[in-house]
Amino acid sequence: MQPIIKIEGVGKTYASGFTALKAIDLEIRRGEIFALLGPNGAGKTTLISIICGIVNATSGKVSADGVDIVDDYRKARSLIGLVPQELTTDAFESVLNTVSFSRGLFGKPADPAYIEKILRQLSLWDKRNSKMLALSGGMKRRVMIAKALSHEPSILFLDEPTAGVDVELRRDMWEMVRGLREDGVTIILTTHYIEEAEEMADRIGVINRGELVLVEDKHALMQQLGQKQLHLHLQTPLETLPTSLERHNLTLSEDGALLTYTFDAHQETSGIAELLRALSAQGIDLKDLQSRQSSLEEIFVSLVKGRSE
Amino acid sequence: MNINGIRAIYLFEMNRTRRTLMQSIASPVLSTSLYFIVFGTAIGSRMGEIDGVGYGAFIIPGLLMLSLLSESISNASFGIFFPKFSGTIYEVLSAPVSPFEIVAGYVGAAATKSLIIGALILLTARLFVDYSIAHPLWMLGFLLLTALTFSMFGFIIGIWANDFQQLQVIPLMVITPLTFLGGAFYSINMLPEPWQTLTLFNPVVYLISGFRWAFYGISDVAVALSLGMTLLFMLTCLGLIWWIFRSGYRIKQ
Repeated sequence: MQPIIKIEGVGKTYASGFTALKAIDLEIRRGEIFALLGPNGAGKTTLISIICGIVNATSGKVSADGVDIVDDYRKARSLIGLVPQELTTDAFESVLNTVSFSRGLFGKPADPAYIEKILRQLSLWDKRNSKMLALSGGMKRRVMIAKALSHEPSILFLDEPTAGVDVELRRDMWEMVRGLREDGVTIILTTHYIEEAEEMADRIGVINRGELVLVEDKHALMQQLGQKQLHLHLQTPLETLPTSLERHNLTLSEDGALLTYTFDAHQETSGIAELLRALSAQGIDLKDLQSRQSSLEEIFVSLVKGRSE
Repeated sequence: MNINGIRAIYLFEMNRTRRTLMQSIASPVLSTSLYFIVFGTAIGSRMGEIDGVGYGAFIIPGLLMLSLLSESISNASFGIFFPKFSGTIYEVLSAPVSPFEIVAGYVGAAATKSLIIGALILLTARLFVDYSIAHPLWMLGFLLLTALTFSMFGFIIGIWANDFQQLQVIPLMVITPLTFLGGAFYSINMLPEPWQTLTLFNPVVYLISGFRWAFYGISDVAVALSLGMTLLFMLTCLGLIWWIFRSGYRIKQ
């Protein structure tokens, strides 16, 4: 199937000489939720701004649904909705006016019923006559989303959608994003909350220092790069690690009550059976044991660190 | 053509005008009325006629031009500067609107507002002095052309300005002096040489002269020259705006 967004060799060097992006190639699949992960200043917002027409690329080209975003900007942009990172709003406008303005700006005829529907979905209907300056940060964020959805886009960019948003609103937003995906909207979100990508995304792209470090299916990524750890809680604390156990990849906690065994989940043998036999031979009894997979956050930190070293 | 987009920008700007009615419409009308009271009625009654026109009536085109220029510039410059300043311009840049449509929306609204103010000033003037309009269609033509041209000029200033001070500097330091020295309150024939020749380098002279001709059939410079200069200034503004959007100057990185 044709990708809904195709980015080919897109680079950006600012007038100051700073290179924000180095020849990015990326394809976004129709109907997916794609999370673009990266530390601050990695180039996430620059990439989004180029696709949305706010920043001119220095090189490369982008197409949205097969349409070039520069040559046929009208068609391309009418497909795209953008929720920017900054809460920039017209302070003195009412919620209803500012959302209706967005719809008109994107060339759609007025449709009060549709605007009402979005405002209700985002729990903004009661606030429709409030001025923007009277709203809380979370409410403003909702208005920004309503503005982006006002022209019924099939691609939605969410730049750091939950930055500075409380837990409840964050959950609401995730719910809403899932609902949009069910309606067939493709969603690209940037975040540095790994939890968000882990919770929401189908695929993940990691960007660092203007380079796309990797693009991977979320589950595959976690499997491929996930190190597993086995925590062994001991019946009686050990003072030191017995020498016969040193060849296993073990660490002993300070109180001596917990052994941590780190292994690669994708090796043919995990070495667990061997380790357990060795422990039993040493007469070490276990109280409890649990295994856990490293989170995306840990994967991410190791990736970004590995690249910058 | 994205007509809905133009309409959205235009109505948004007109809505801003409505919200700030006192500042945007009442205050220029009030200050012009003060000029009429002081120069037209109080001082004007002791002045002789200029080219056969009473002084109170003589200054109407100049005063109208003074308001038209400063209001067009400040409306249009603020209209585009503020979204740039607050960051809401992201939406206009990411929308399927062409540069022409953006300009049509912002400049159209600013020019409309200037024309409303112009009409109100003309009506207000009626309360103080008696005047007639010799060429009403030409008067309307000059009014429209000037409002559009200087709204475009304001749009350019709004794009160029990086802060509120820069936004004000051109209208205050350049346009107001040029208008006062451009024959708003006198005929340039009353000036001694070399000022009479030097003043011809002031573009506002042509605007006021042409406008006054439309009112009373008298002018300091040929009407065709006035019209030509106004059109030239309009084309210069159009060219600059075209360049701004082409290069992304101060709006796109």
